[in-house]
Parts: sequence; structure tokens; C-alpha cells
Amino acid sequence: MTALSASPAFRRLPAGRLVVYAIVAVIGVVLVLAPFLLHGNVRGIDVAARICIFVVLVASYDLLIGYTGIVSFAHTMFFGLGAYGTAIALKAMGPGFSAILAGGAAGVACALVLAVLIGLLSLRVKAIFFAMVTLAAASVMLVLASQLSDITGGEDGLIYEIPRFFSPATKLLTGADGKVATLFGVPLNGRVALYYFVFLSALVLFLVMVRIVRSPLGTVLEAIRENETRAEAIGYRVVAYRTAIFCLAAVIAALAGILRAVWLKYAGPEAVLSFAIMIDILLMVVIGGMGTMIGAIIGVVIMSLAQFYLKDLMQAAADATSGLPLVPDLLNPDRWLLWLGLLFILLVYFFPAGIAGTLLGKGGHK
Amino acid sequence: MSPSLRTEDLTIRFGGHAAVNGVTCAFRPGELTVIVGPNGAGKTTWFNLVSGQLAPTAGRIFKGEADITRLSPSARAKAGIGRAFQLTNLFPKLSVLENVRLAVQAREGIGPRLFRPASSFPRLAEEAREHLARTRLSDVADYPAAALPHGDQRKLEVALLMAMQPDIYMFDEPTAGMSVDEAPVILELIAEIKRDRSKTILLVEHKMDVVRALADRIVVLHNGELIADGLPDAVMALPLVREIYLGIGAEEAA
Repeated sequence: MTALSASPAFRRLPAGRLVVYAIVAVIGVVLVLAPFLLHGNVRGIDVAARICIFVVLVASYDLLIGYTGIVSFAHTMFFGLGAYGTAIALKAMGPGFSAILAGGAAGVACALVLAVLIGLLSLRVKAIFFAMVTLAAASVMLVLASQLSDITGGEDGLIYEIPRFFSPATKLLTGADGKVATLFGVPLNGRVALYYFVFLSALVLFLVMVRIVRSPLGTVLEAIRENETRAEAIGYRVVAYRTAIFCLAAVIAALAGILRAVWLKYAGPEAVLSFAIMIDILLMVVIGGMGTMIGAIIGVVIMSLAQFYLKDLMQAAADATSGLPLVPDLLNPDRWLLWLGLLFILLVYFFPAGIAGTLLGKGGHK
Repeated sequence: MSPSLRTEDLTIRFGGHAAVNGVTCAFRPGELTVIVGPNGAGKTTWFNLVSGQLAPTAGRIFKGEADITRLSPSARAKAGIGRAFQLTNLFPKLSVLENVRLAVQAREGIGPRLFRPASSFPRLAEEAREHLARTRLSDVADYPAAALPHGDQRKLEVALLMAMQPDIYMFDEPTAGMSVDEAPVILELIAEIKRDRSKTILLVEHKMDVVRALADRIVVLHNGELIADGLPDAVMALPLVREIYLGIGAEEAA
């Protein structure tokens, strides 16, 4: 931790900090044990994997918007490049780890080159122009993905096989009877391996980012966010630092894209490139708390649970209140977006710096 | 001794208005120059030109023999030009210690070890703490800079400059708004840098007692132009200076 939190004044753990760590610990335990806790619940495992991937994506966006004060709308573009690179290679080369490696590397390389270009060309200009440039780049990429249908599958996207190792037929361990071994009643097959591939990759990437923000580099990024002029005046090349972190975040987003492509066995504009995902990322980072890293975990989990389970919850509530006037209509699952909107408004009202940001007393981004 | 800093015909125009107009002067190591002039004389603008926040319309700036006119502010900081700002200009949400540590880190560089935890660079924090002790800010090291009272923020502003360890120290009204108890801490620090004899110090200051106590030389700016430059007693005695700068002083003299 930084000197700030290691100092006596901060050594005692205030209640807010405890709450945040407790929430994250619970989420961590659930994600670690997801294949066992959610055995047989295909949708549940799917949500867990999506949470792992989006934590990486949102945390990498937090490096930009929360730590450095860079507003970019191109984050899904980098995510999509990683996903499409992997998807195209798996489609063309057949299901194998070499395809994932080659396609993923190509996607990451494209993301890096684009990030360098966008960064060097436009990080000197005012924040609003930079945001516009990223918006334009992301729009172009979206159009390209839909139009170059020979390569990308157009609007339909690409469906492909992933390495056999990740298929349900793969036995990670065999029992005495030659059948797949089970642990707590869960067969240790390729699906479990795939989940842990996604989980561990996401965990490593997240820890790398935590390390970055706690390093001297992280403090420089915050200094640039807080006061660009003074950071420059004490000797930091602001444009160089901004470009570097923009590239780093792009690479991490592309890596998250690889995980998404492998998990979904599908890559399409809606799934990995759309502006709807960009808005999700923005909401997640705001709800979790900008400039906190750990907020990414909380924001992603809240958003994902709301997106995937709010309808179910409302259906149950509507059924339970079917005898009452008006109430069941209000709770009709078709109106889930209304309630999601209300939830956001309440969250932002009570946690103006995001959940982690407010509870940690960080004050978030000004 | 050859000059450590020199501006040559330095000019900046905003539209038709020349905020700094053809200022040529040179400064030597070990010399403390006070820059005086009424509000709007171009003192802070001239500072901004030297430290790189503004680019001149015409003229050149030299650090030693090197032409630094086109260098970015960060490159000038690396070249040894350090500046404290008139309006407090800190990293408000970072702790006081982190503020100073950033300045030490910028000077020292941490090279390839960039990704190691900040706590594995104890030397940086140690040096930052020394600067805080010198500016009497040790007690508030862990507070966010924004939480400090005005006087302490001014001191932190100076602490950042000290941490840069430049060859050229530029102070822009360092004691403005400070209480009578606090100002001497800063003035004593400036006197200490002056005793080093190898540093060039530029000081924008209005308080005449400060000017008299510290100045080796006084430069007078008026309407963006350098109108007087010399030993304190000689400059302060000039009728023109008494008239435009001291105002009342001229009447007293009459």
C-alpha cells in the first residue's frame, strides 16, 4: 500500500473499509468456487465467467478514467479486437491453443498499435477532443466489423470451436472406474477447466493492475489527474505517461477480449464491440467507484446481477403480489429497465463516489 | 561568473497586448534577484515563460549555454529550473507526503523498477520527509493536501520546489497570505538556499522588508517592460521606481 495507508492515521480499519473488503471477499469466494456452488446452473456459471472478464475490462478502464482522468469511448474497441482476433484465428486455424495464441497476439498487437496512434495523435489535445476521437475510432471499428463480413461474419458474428481440452467430454481426472472423477459431485471435465482458465487469467490481470496503481507509476497517474500542469512542472512528461497508460489499458482490454471469445465460442458486434458494452463499463466503474480498482469488482457484480436476475426477481415479486391492484403491473418483468434505472439513481445518490469510493472515503474523481 | 539563466528580448503578446515586452536580463549563481512591479506588470507571465507554461511570441531563453526556449515544462524541470506557484498549485487529493514524494521521484527517476510497490522505495519517502521537516509540515504528512490551511499549502508549495533541487529557484510571492508566524519559516529556507552560493534565486515579492532583507539585486517590471535593474538601494532610489512602484513613497520623498 502507499505510504498514506501505511501511516498510523490510516492503520486502523474504519468500518467502511471493512465492509468493502468483506463484500469483495464474499464475491471472491463465490467466484473461486463457482463451478461447485453453481453446478448444473449453466446461466449462473455464465454470469460468473462474465463477471471475471468484466472485472478486468472495467478495472482497466478505471486506470484511464479513475486514476489518470482520461475519458475514452474506445475501450470496447480494444476488447473487441482481442475477441475478434481470437475468433478469426479459431475459425481459420481450427480449434487449438496455437490459434488462441496467434489470434490473441494479433488482436493485442492491433489494439496496441491503434492505442499508440490515438494516444500520440490526440492525447495532447483537450480531454473533450480526445473523447471524440476515441468515439470516432470505435464507431469506425463497429462499422468495419459489420461490413467486412467475409472476415468477421458481419452482424451475425463468428461461431467456432474451442480447443477440445475445454469440452465437457474431456476428463481432467479419471476415477478408478475409468469415468471422469468428481469433486463434491461435480465432474472434473473440460468445462470446469475452461472456467478456471478464465478465472485465473482474470485474477492475474487484476492483480497486475493493482500492482500498477500501488507503484510509483500509480501515484504519477493520480498526480496527472489531480493537476496536470503541476505534474508537468515538477518534471513528468504528461503526454508520455498518458499514452503509456492508454496503451496498457488497451492491451489489458484486448486480453479480456480473448477470454470472452474463448468462453462464448462466439464473437459478434453485439457481444464484444457494441456501445451498449461501453455504457455498461461506464456504469460499472461509476457504481463501483472510480479510482479504487476494487470498485470494479463491486460495480461489475451489482450490474451483472441486476442485468441477469432483476427480471426473475420481479417476476417472483409480481406473482407474490398478484392479489393486489397496480403493484403486479409495476413489478411486471417487462418494466425491468425502469427499476434498473431507479437502482442506479439511488446508488449514485447514496454513493456519490461509487460504492467502494464512498465507503473507502476516497472521494473519487472530482 | 557566466549567467545561469538568461532571457533575450523575451516577448509574449496576447492579441495586441504585450504582457511581457522585450525583456533581456541575465542571472548568476549565488544571486538572489527580487522582481518587483505593480499588479499586471508581467512578473508572473515572465515566470511562466521561463518555466515553460507559456511559449513566447519572440525572444529566447537560455539555461547556461543551452537554448531552452522550445523545451516543454517537464524538460525544463529536468534541466534544473524549479518553480513554486503564486496561486497554490498542488495535488489536492494526494497526501502531503505523496505530493513531495512525487517531486523527489521526478528528479531521481525510478527507471525499470516502475512497477514495484511504492513502499519499496523508502529512500524517496525518506527524502520527502526531510523536506517536510524543513518546511515544518511533518505533523500533517498524511493529510490530503486539500485539507491543509492556506499557510500550510503555501509551505507545501515551497516543499515541492525544494524537493526538485533545481539550480534555478523561482518563487512567486511565496509568503502571500501567510501569517506573521509562518512567513519567517519560508524566508529562512530561502536564505538557506542563498547561503549555498551555487543556486540562482528569483523571487517575486511585494513586502518591502522581505525585499530589503534578502535581495542582492532588484529588477523592476512595468507594463511588461524591464525598466530598472540594479543593486537594491540604487533601484529603490530611482524616482521613476518610487513613483510607479511605491506610489506613496514618492510623496513621502517629496
